[in-house]
Amino acid sequence: MKYAYFPGCSLHSTALDYDESARAVAKALDVELVEVPDWTCCGASPAHVTNTFLSLSLPLKNLQSAEKISRQMVVFCAACYSRFKFAEKSLAENQIKEKIKKIINLEDIPEVKTRHFLDILINEIGLENVQNRKKQDLKGIKVACYYGCLLIRPPKVAEFDDPEQPSCLDNLVEILGAVPVSWPYKNECCGASLSLSRTDIVLKLTNDILQDASEAGAECLVVACPLCQANLELRQKDINKKYRKDFSLPVFYFTQLLGLALGIDKKSLGLHRAMVSGDFLLKEKGIA
Amino acid sequence: MKWLIDSDTSKLEFVREVEEESGIKIFACYQCSKCSAGCPIAFEMDYLPNQIIRMAQLGMKERVLASRTIWLCAGCETCTTRCPREVDLAAVMDALRIIALREKVKPSERDVQLFNKIFLSTVRKYGRVFEGEMIGRFNISSGHLFKDIFKAPKLLKRGRLKIFPALTDVKKMKDIFKGTEDI
Amino acid sequence: MLVVDQLPKTELQEIPFKTKIPRIGVFICHCGINIAGVVDVEKVASEFAKIPGVVHSIDYKYMCSNPGQELITTTIKEKKLNGVIVAACSPRMHETTFRNAALKAGLNPYRVEIANIREQCSWVHQNEKEKATEKAIQIIYSILEKVREDQTLEASHSDVEKKALVIGAGIAGIQAALDIAQAGYPVILVEKESCIGGHMTKLAETFPTLDCAACILTPRTVEVSQTPKIKLYTYSEIEEISGLVGDFRVKIRRKARSVIEERCTGCGICQEKCPKKNIPSEHEEGMGTRKAIYISFPQAVPNIPVIDRESCIFYKTGKCKVCQKFCEPEAIDFEQQDEIIEEKVGAIVVATGFKQLGKDLYGEYGYGKYKDVINSIQFERLQSASGPTLGEIRRPSDGKIPKIVVFIQCVGSRDRSKGIPYCSSICCMYTAKHSMLYKHKVHDGQAYVFYIDVRAAGKGYEEFWARAVEEEGAIYLRGRVSRLFEKDGKIVVRGSDTLSGTQIEIEADMVVLASAICAHPSAIELAKKLRIPYDQYGFFTEAHPKLRPVETTTMGLFLAGACQAPKDIPTTVAQASAAASKVLGLLSQEKLSHDPITAVIDDEICSGCGLCVEACFYGAREIDGIKQISTVKEVLCEGCGACTVACPNGATQLKNFTKEQILSMVDVML
Repeated sequence: MKYAYFPGCSLHSTALDYDESARAVAKALDVELVEVPDWTCCGASPAHVTNTFLSLSLPLKNLQSAEKISRQMVVFCAACYSRFKFAEKSLAENQIKEKIKKIINLEDIPEVKTRHFLDILINEIGLENVQNRKKQDLKGIKVACYYGCLLIRPPKVAEFDDPEQPSCLDNLVEILGAVPVSWPYKNECCGASLSLSRTDIVLKLTNDILQDASEAGAECLVVACPLCQANLELRQKDINKKYRKDFSLPVFYFTQLLGLALGIDKKSLGLHRAMVSGDFLLKEKGIA
Repeated sequence: MKWLIDSDTSKLEFVREVEEESGIKIFACYQCSKCSAGCPIAFEMDYLPNQIIRMAQLGMKERVLASRTIWLCAGCETCTTRCPREVDLAAVMDALRIIALREKVKPSERDVQLFNKIFLSTVRKYGRVFEGEMIGRFNISSGHLFKDIFKAPKLLKRGRLKIFPALTDVKKMKDIFKGTEDI
Repeated sequence: MLVVDQLPKTELQEIPFKTKIPRIGVFICHCGINIAGVVDVEKVASEFAKIPGVVHSIDYKYMCSNPGQELITTTIKEKKLNGVIVAACSPRMHETTFRNAALKAGLNPYRVEIANIREQCSWVHQNEKEKATEKAIQIIYSILEKVREDQTLEASHSDVEKKALVIGAGIAGIQAALDIAQAGYPVILVEKESCIGGHMTKLAETFPTLDCAACILTPRTVEVSQTPKIKLYTYSEIEEISGLVGDFRVKIRRKARSVIEERCTGCGICQEKCPKKNIPSEHEEGMGTRKAIYISFPQAVPNIPVIDRESCIFYKTGKCKVCQKFCEPEAIDFEQQDEIIEEKVGAIVVATGFKQLGKDLYGEYGYGKYKDVINSIQFERLQSASGPTLGEIRRPSDGKIPKIVVFIQCVGSRDRSKGIPYCSSICCMYTAKHSMLYKHKVHDGQAYVFYIDVRAAGKGYEEFWARAVEEEGAIYLRGRVSRLFEKDGKIVVRGSDTLSGTQIEIEADMVVLASAICAHPSAIELAKKLRIPYDQYGFFTEAHPKLRPVETTTMGLFLAGACQAPKDIPTTVAQASAAASKVLGLLSQEKLSHDPITAVIDDEICSGCGLCVEACFYGAREIDGIKQISTVKEVLCEGCGACTVACPNGATQLKNFTKEQILSMVDVML
């Protein structure tokens, strides 16, 4: 299987570990990822709150480049996923399509479908196949699977999981040998787009999320979005300080846990880059 | 607060403006307030999301555009997902911010808009986000000089922060920004 | 009470009870855990097994089940029981069930009594099981006393007059009359106005489908006039009603119309020539005018005019008679007198409708003071193609087309301070309709609706309301209006919108009040004539709010339409058809059976004091003119017992509820 791969800005900086583990896991599962040449930012939230056409043009430019590689493009960032899917849906409307085509000088809208890697994992590779390739069990490690917002919402845009009772991450970690905990905050918002501008709000929301996860008995969290990860992990120390907590919950990317199960070494999965290290927990569980 | 309704129907023009910008029929809203019930940011808002819709329905343009709510919306899509009347509130909030910018209404949440602006300007300049410069510029402009500054060394050490921007496709980015601004 | 025999008379083989020796069976029901969970049923059963005269005592899981009833039937036969006690739920639930079970075994059903050990015992003493068991025993002991003295009683029978009376010829009365007539029974239809159709004749279009009211009503009114089985009395009222189910005697007052109906051709020349003009038209709700002799509206049924004697110049001055001069068939009769007609009917449908709240209650809205503040029926007339403005929306004060119209809901309704705490039920929907129709006619107009809640529970109603808002652009504001006042040719509306937390002031061109639906002012008087109960607002009361919704507590009297409670056209028509089917069920009976539990008089003791006559609500007691003692009309007697309480010397007794029985029941309890 060959896909165009759009890493997105985060995976080239704060979420470098996501990029590393993503590539490693894809390779182990015989999925060929070809990075979109000259990819640029999808526009994220600032674009769609500022200018509708900008928010559609930026993804479109990248889809144009992706088309040269494959009719399908894989993303790992939930925010990028959302922007590309939004663009895909909006550009199905003729009026908008014509305007946009003028802006970026296009003959026609590229026919590239954007998919999150979780979607590929479940619906193309199949969890059974993943299980067959498992080299190591995750030994009952208790995981709070955090879906956040844009991976599953709104359902007209994000289409591969249930928006209210999502299960793809839970199903995945379960076959890897981990135990997904049941917790209501799995799809509550972490406030990502306000991370820098209204950090106070983000701290409150992430504190609530971590609190719920820890009350549910989770030993770590698993995410599928670099912005969720940054808020929950990078800011964990700030949360502890502001709310007088002592959270020490590693926040893994699902690719990292998957990589461990597939027998990929920790360094290749970027685990050493974590601010809240998972080393202790993994050692305790005997996961190499 | 008092609101006068007379033969001047221009107030209701605002409804049409919002509907056009968002593509959403806001009179579909019957004010059940389920959006507000589930909004994660509601605790910080001056008007609840349903009140924003309500005021828009009645044409209270100034009040809506001056609200903090429209800037605080994090775009988490919870309201949109659960609305029984299929009102895409997140899209309406986007539309209201876009109208506010167009009408040069001073954003009630200055930092939120400042961040958006700086974010987009680095993207325009480099093609991709360059966190180092973005955070620096945001801190200087917002006056929160040392915000998050102590995270930088740790992130650098872990390779999670770039020192130089990755210049990508800059020419094309410039065209796109120019093209969309001109619309 | 009306009882319908469950078995043909021939199958009944009454076991002869020659001996007074009681042979009583006691059957104790567990009612699942309802009774058995609290009361020790086995203990109760064994307690009564010991009692002399009780030859059988047993408990069972569900007495009302088929095997339970079978148990009773076979035991009666085997043990030759002459009295049965079923200790179970309220007699309202299953008395009839168990009496029928006894009937199957040949035991007179009036020798079966219920001891209520559920509602009156286990349910109310759930935390005191021992005491509850004791109380259950006490209750059964007391019923035992009654059963010992119960007499064999036989239902009496009466004939059915196979004809129905329908009072009121609005859409409810029309529907009921047509249904009954179509089933082949004659109907007397009485309407107090000069023509039929009621409120519906005034409506423009009807929710939620926007059918033209006249288009759907006119075929029905015409059908009434062309159905031979329906005898129509318009401009007539009920004078007096006596008798009872199957045999009601009705006196109808045909008010003097001053027009001989049989002669009138409906040509309308009288109306055209009448010199007395500009009388506010009732049909137009005061928005248009009529003459002193008039036909309410062109499609009126019957198409016969009436002279309004209050306004007529002749009746005031003794001169004029212009109408008479022009009337070729000589139908005008100034000397005509009211006429009393007597009819005999077997069943009655009451369908007298409602009246919209008048102007008195809300000074702050200035209805009646400001011309451009109108009520909803007036707005219907403005919408109507045959109305005073020929269907154009023009405001009353200056005939201008209003560009801002404010509709106010709940004017009176849901206002405890005005004595109308109930919801008028139809205003939400007709206001949505009004806002829609207004927009259809005034494209650049804007409708605002003040509401508290929108109640749209009927089929297609919610969608209809949503359409008014989303497609027709009505703006709904949540809140009551505080006041209205006139300023510079506008009606200023001071209201608020709770949803945005804003005080709202609207400079409106016209305001429409959705005034409350009230009982007709003459309803209570009629209820007294009919001997049917009514609530504190004057609406007639159904026998049971869920299970007997069209019946009254008086047998043979049924309700249809808004005289029972505010209701819309679909519900009214459904209720009218339901009432008609009840009437048909009654009229199709060969004979009516009457509950034999009635008052009985001991001729030798009665002093003829007459207190029982006063006490009787049903007119069943009378003093015999010759013997000078009281008598009981058994068919009228409902067995309520009021007379037995009033009787100072015990001459009046209720069968199977004799003074002796009751006293001994009380004795064992104490």
